[in-house]
Amino acid sequence: MPSAANSPKKSFQGLILALQEYWAAKGCVILQPYDMEVGAGTFHPATTLRALGPKPWKAAYVQPSRRPKDGRYGENPNRLQHYYQFQVILKPNPPNLQELYLASLEAIGVDLKLHDIRFVEDDWESPTLGAWGLGWECWCDGMEVSQFTYFQQVAGFECAPVAGELTYGLERLAMYVQGVENVYDLDFNGAEGEDRVTYGDVFLQAEQEYSRHNFEASDSEMLFRQFTDAESACRAYLAAGAPEEGQRHRIVQPAYDQCIKASHVFNLLDARGVISVTERQSYILRVRELAKACGAAWLRTEAGGA
Amino acid sequence: MPDLLLELRSEEIPARMQRRAAEDLRKLVTDALVERGFLYEGAKAFATPRRLALHVAGLPPRGEAVREERRGPRVGAPEAAVQGFLKGAGLTSLDQAQTITDPKKGEFYLAVIEKPGRETLDVLAEILPEIVKNFPWPKAMRWGAASAQPGALRWVRPLQSIVATFGPETETPEVVPFEVGGIRAGTTTYGHRFLAPGAIEVRRFDDYIQALEKAKVILDADRRKDVILHDARDLAFARGLDLVEDEGLLEEVAGLVEWPVVLLGSFDDAFLDIPAEAIRATIRANQKCFVLRKSGSEDLAPAFILVSNLVASDGGLAITAGNERVVRARLSDAKFFWETDKAIRLAERLPKLDSIVFHEKLGTQGARIQRIAALAKELAPLVGADPAEAEQAARLAKADLVTEMVGEFPELQGLMGAKYAVLEGLPPSVATAIGDHYKPLGPTDRVPSDPVAIAVALADKIDTLVGFWAIDEKPTGSKDPYALRRAALGVIRLILDRGLRLRLRDQFGAADRQLGDRAGADPADLLAFFADRLKVYLRDQGARHDLVDAVFALPGQDDLLLIVRRVEALQAFLNSEDGKNLLAGYKRAANILRIEEKKDGRAYDAAPDAALAAQGEPAERALAEALQTARTEASKAVEAEDFAGAMRALSTLRAPVDAFFTDVTVNAPDPKLRENRLALLNALRAATREVADFSKIEG
Repeated sequence: MPSAANSPKKSFQGLILALQEYWAAKGCVILQPYDMEVGAGTFHPATTLRALGPKPWKAAYVQPSRRPKDGRYGENPNRLQHYYQFQVILKPNPPNLQELYLASLEAIGVDLKLHDIRFVEDDWESPTLGAWGLGWECWCDGMEVSQFTYFQQVAGFECAPVAGELTYGLERLAMYVQGVENVYDLDFNGAEGEDRVTYGDVFLQAEQEYSRHNFEASDSEMLFRQFTDAESACRAYLAAGAPEEGQRHRIVQPAYDQCIKASHVFNLLDARGVISVTERQSYILRVRELAKACGAAWLRTEAGGA
Repeated sequence: MPDLLLELRSEEIPARMQRRAAEDLRKLVTDALVERGFLYEGAKAFATPRRLALHVAGLPPRGEAVREERRGPRVGAPEAAVQGFLKGAGLTSLDQAQTITDPKKGEFYLAVIEKPGRETLDVLAEILPEIVKNFPWPKAMRWGAASAQPGALRWVRPLQSIVATFGPETETPEVVPFEVGGIRAGTTTYGHRFLAPGAIEVRRFDDYIQALEKAKVILDADRRKDVILHDARDLAFARGLDLVEDEGLLEEVAGLVEWPVVLLGSFDDAFLDIPAEAIRATIRANQKCFVLRKSGSEDLAPAFILVSNLVASDGGLAITAGNERVVRARLSDAKFFWETDKAIRLAERLPKLDSIVFHEKLGTQGARIQRIAALAKELAPLVGADPAEAEQAARLAKADLVTEMVGEFPELQGLMGAKYAVLEGLPPSVATAIGDHYKPLGPTDRVPSDPVAIAVALADKIDTLVGFWAIDEKPTGSKDPYALRRAALGVIRLILDRGLRLRLRDQFGAADRQLGDRAGADPADLLAFFADRLKVYLRDQGARHDLVDAVFALPGQDDLLLIVRRVEALQAFLNSEDGKNLLAGYKRAANILRIEEKKDGRAYDAAPDAALAAQGEPAERALAEALQTARTEASKAVEAEDFAGAMRALSTLRAPVDAFFTDVTVNAPDPKLRENRLALLNALRAATREVADFSKIEG
């Protein structure tokens, strides 16, 4: 029974539920968020690793995403250092992926007879993941609400076949369908009166605290150490699981966790302003090397098609 | 005569690639046809976000038949030769060949090969898939299940369908039978994604373009642009506003819609406190909307024009409201940037620049600013600027790079700095210099006119050029990542347009010294780079590049203004009769000298003996005297920077030179006389070098 609690137009959680239901009906496995800090839904192994190799794969999930630098102490109505992405990955991409995407907008209450949906060129690239693809920003009445990408390369390897990736910016989309100007005013649960919970109720204090942490308090010395530790652990795990001649690789995902960790630690250091412009490039390169090594190892596992 | 209709329908093609792609398609198809002997009457290509289309009119139904005669070996030639001939001509036995009689050589075999003209349809079926497979997109991609296979089709975005028909107007055309990447050419296409989602059957170009129009697709980008421009002007006019026209934006927006619907949105008056350029930058770059002016005024109006792709069921109310929300959010950001930026003085921002690397080998922005400031101060007196103001302006010129506004809109660099400088109450010249110091950007951009701005603009560019020369990061071929060609052109235009007298070598030296440990730019090499840029610049203004070479070849040429004046005088001289003849005389003298010097293995570069010349032929004596005078006069005129005068002095040589070559034999039997005559020719060469190196002049 439709209620405000699960209506995509009335509550933030309703929006998530509607997207999950829609993509579940299209044959996606509905996963839960990855249990590590990541900068975007793409880092989830269900995207990065599963995009590699020949095996078909369809998944959808919400991923909390952390961009330490985007913290604004809760004062900016549009920018957050922690937000949600809804991620869909379909490998190989079905021929009607654009139509599926548009129907998903209708499923969350966007009337395509009233709203101007546009596919505007946007070539996606992740230097840390060694990945790139072609696609678009999807605009609804001039606002970017999703990213639509055909992955061409991940971890330095050609995607064969190509996967289609859709990333919905959930807060923006919710602000749009709810007609709200400030993210903290979003209705979270669709309840009335005392039971009503806003996005601000849930996250405002966290944004303030994490902004202080990211810009003022994070322990740089520890973070530098963690970066190096994660880097060497990643390599050590890959070495420990390295296959005998003709065998499969045995320890890829734990190694990839360390790659994710290094990436997030780098983002924290970057936000803290302790990485100079020239060093920045070399850190990005170091993470990319880890991602490439993990990708190569993944292709030697069963799920990677070996 | 039959026509070809081709449509390649895909997912959304980036706006910036559409026009070029349509043109490439036209050229590739028509070139391939012409190469195979198929001429056509006309061809036009079109692009929308979702399709490339091509109409080739007036093709023949089939190609011309070809008759080829191939001569074989002599009758009775060895079997191997006969077999080779039969094989080459595609014959099975000699019965199919003819024999001909050559009056001199006897009887030969002859094969007559008749090739009937190929059906155009078949040729198209052969050409088109190859063009699709090898289409020159700037960036192409694979997609779908097929992308797992090696050699999978690449297109700019997934290709969805192909229409390809060929036939005369009076009949139902045929489908060109081909398949590429699993897509078979047919007669079905689709109209507007939202307004007319059903399938459309098309036959030939005329009904195709009409069917699309009915299905809410305007095929021709220029027509879409017209619709947008006129509707935008009308909407603005109705509100008492003027559209701020923007060709680049118009072209882009026309590539984002198949059926343009122009709407007008507005925003709060309070946002008009933000500088107009920043409002325009955010609305243009982020929202791809046009800004508006109050009618008859330079001030922006609190409104904008948006171009949607939808005839909405509510008349566009929701679309306008949505766009207004986004514009409001963007302007709130811009206003926040503007207010935050104003709270910090430019000078207070400088420490931050010390931690930003300009280039790994050239240090931080802070270090760069120090260099530019020192250089600007030195340059100031040479361009009539106050040294203290030039130094101050140079110190602050890059401070806006760390403002929020420029961080968001890099194209506003300089301009925002100038605005903040005015608000701070800095001297007007300093503010102007901060705003103008990147100028001129390219051959048509405005050249600064305020002396302080000129000093800083020169210092900025010279520091950049000398710095990259010192670390050996010069432009190569099409690669010029630091825009050094543009910087050199900027210096050239500043000097010439503002009539500045500068010794570039001195400035290069001063800039190089500022580099400290990194110093070591080769001034001669950098000057040669300037000579090249100057040639390109003057060529666009109709000057001869060889004359620039002829002047640069003289020693110590580094004053661009004088160089250009000298080139102008030289060009005028060489256009005159005297000039042409003197050049001919010079070439003759140089030729003789070259031959004789090579023969004798020595140079004839001593001064001619006047007494000896006086005893020789009259023409010899006359030339010796004329050379003496002309050289002295030319030298004096050059000294006084009177290049026309120098040319006039040289022109007096024409008659004596002509007479000398008519009357005097250079290679006289008397070795002393011969040597002196060669020395006279050398003196002519030396005299011309007073104004230019004539050996570099062509013709």
